[in-house]
Amino acid sequence: MTTRDLPRARLTLRLREALQGYGFVAVWIVGFLLFTMWPLAETFRYSVNQVTVIATGIKMEFVQWANYTRALFTDPNFVELLIGYTVETLVSVPIVLIFSMIIALFLNQNFRLKGLFRTIFFLPVVITSGPVIRELTAQGATSAPGIANLPAVADFLTQLPRALRGPAEYLLTSFILILWFSGVQILIYLASLQKVDKSLYEAAAVDGASGWEMFWKITLPSLSTATVINAVYTIITLSHFSENKVVRYVYDQTYDVHGGIGFASAMSFLYLTAMLVLLGIIYVLLTQWAKKGRR
Amino acid sequence: MAFVSRSAVDSVRGFLFGSRSRRGLVPTAVLYALLITIGFVYMYPLLFMFATSIKSPSDLLNPMVQWVPTELFLGNYEKAFRVLNYPRTLLASILVSVIPSVLQTFVASLVGYGLARYRFRGKSLVLLLILATFIIPPQNTVIPQMLTYRNLGLLGNPLALILPATLGQGYRSAIFILIFYQFFLSLPKVLEESARLDGASDLRIFFTIAMPNALPAYIVSLVFSIVWYWNETFLTSIFLEGGVTTLPMQLSRFAQAYENLYPPGMVNIFDRLNEAVKMSGTFLNILPLLVMYFILQRWFVESVERTGITGE
Repeated sequence: MTTRDLPRARLTLRLREALQGYGFVAVWIVGFLLFTMWPLAETFRYSVNQVTVIATGIKMEFVQWANYTRALFTDPNFVELLIGYTVETLVSVPIVLIFSMIIALFLNQNFRLKGLFRTIFFLPVVITSGPVIRELTAQGATSAPGIANLPAVADFLTQLPRALRGPAEYLLTSFILILWFSGVQILIYLASLQKVDKSLYEAAAVDGASGWEMFWKITLPSLSTATVINAVYTIITLSHFSENKVVRYVYDQTYDVHGGIGFASAMSFLYLTAMLVLLGIIYVLLTQWAKKGRR
Repeated sequence: MAFVSRSAVDSVRGFLFGSRSRRGLVPTAVLYALLITIGFVYMYPLLFMFATSIKSPSDLLNPMVQWVPTELFLGNYEKAFRVLNYPRTLLASILVSVIPSVLQTFVASLVGYGLARYRFRGKSLVLLLILATFIIPPQNTVIPQMLTYRNLGLLGNPLALILPATLGQGYRSAIFILIFYQFFLSLPKVLEESARLDGASDLRIFFTIAMPNALPAYIVSLVFSIVWYWNETFLTSIFLEGGVTTLPMQLSRFAQAYENLYPPGMVNIFDRLNEAVKMSGTFLNILPLLVMYFILQRWFVESVERTGITGE
């Protein structure tokens, strides 16, 4: 090989590497186009059409934004369900985050039976499916035990203004259910707790810091990345859960005589938009907080 | 004297409240008390489910019987077993969750490896799109797929779930791709590079070196994938309706199936559908998962550490 050939050889080497890389990723790209991109575009097309199912397939009639305006302004349930979803998510996310952080802090201590408790707190991830949760909720087994059914609590709820009553009721009847969505988050917090540099705590102890101060000054800031990951994960799992009221409503409307595919598709996109806004808000809030913590 | 008593006080205090080197009795007791209380609340639905499922009809009506039934009554399980059509739906659930999981895990490892080991244009775009597939809810893509499957006559056929998994678009594929991506990023390249110098092809390197080294990531992805496919009912019920019936699908139409087997007018009052039978059905539904969990629990609860999904 002469020196003149070298750049060309390097170029082909890079090209070869890129081609190999595309080779590995190609199967995913094909899948993405077939099973995500195309159906997403097609669903959007349905959402701006009146879709009727006929024997040979579907018939479409362009209606512009009629399905969207119907969902937002005419439909008696959708907007209310969407607001309910937003409020419930905003209530659940902090609970999941705080609960999983507390449990992770506990499980990060050294004590006997640690493995047992880890096993317990992760168990719901393995068994949570829509029908199981539906059966348990129907039996009242997911409410905060012993509290939700007290007459005093019912009295207290009726006193609350309407805007607060919904979230409060949701909190009482689904309290354990919310906690059940914390399994993976506990693991993520645990993993990042184990990465915190032990010498930081030693140095702080020498300086006379209390455990309380160490938590706010050392532990919490080092959990900021995990918190962002956990928040995003929580929002997505809650939003995709098949027992989610909006998801169920959209599903029911798909097969409903008065609903139809076009209407359901429009609602799906409105739901996706609401979800992205929620994700965006919480992401920005948390990353701001994380930045402040690091300073 | 005063000196001695102070050290005695110190040691008592150390015993109770702990010192720098070890935790004392009081914090330990508080820790256990808190964990047991929270653990109980956390497990309450499951305990409730199990206690209810072994109640006989007379125990159900007896307000004195809350947690401990007067007898071990297995009649509910017998009925639930028949209503769920257990052997059949169990087998269907196993097939419908294991096959897509194996394919999805393998494809996720290929894609994750490609992203972690090679430099190419558009890599960050691919990563972004992978994240997007995690965010987009299934209902935004499910209807066109369902209609296509209907035209192809694949509705009700497990292929409807297997095909997307084969192309890396299975249920939560994105998470598994990211697991493998992170895992291969943290795996040293030395062995692969020396194999390349020996003239091994890239695919061969992947199969003979990368794959065996990534065994923990494979196990974690596989078990999570199976569990999530098992519990997934939205896509399953749309794609498999009218064909294969999985265990969760049968559970969601439990009341209806019960009345087909035991028509309300035909059976005596004790054989009507009650919550004990429903809870037995629910318990039978999660039983295979519980067994799997207790055998493989280390792989579940240590998954994040073993695969380093959180990254740095």
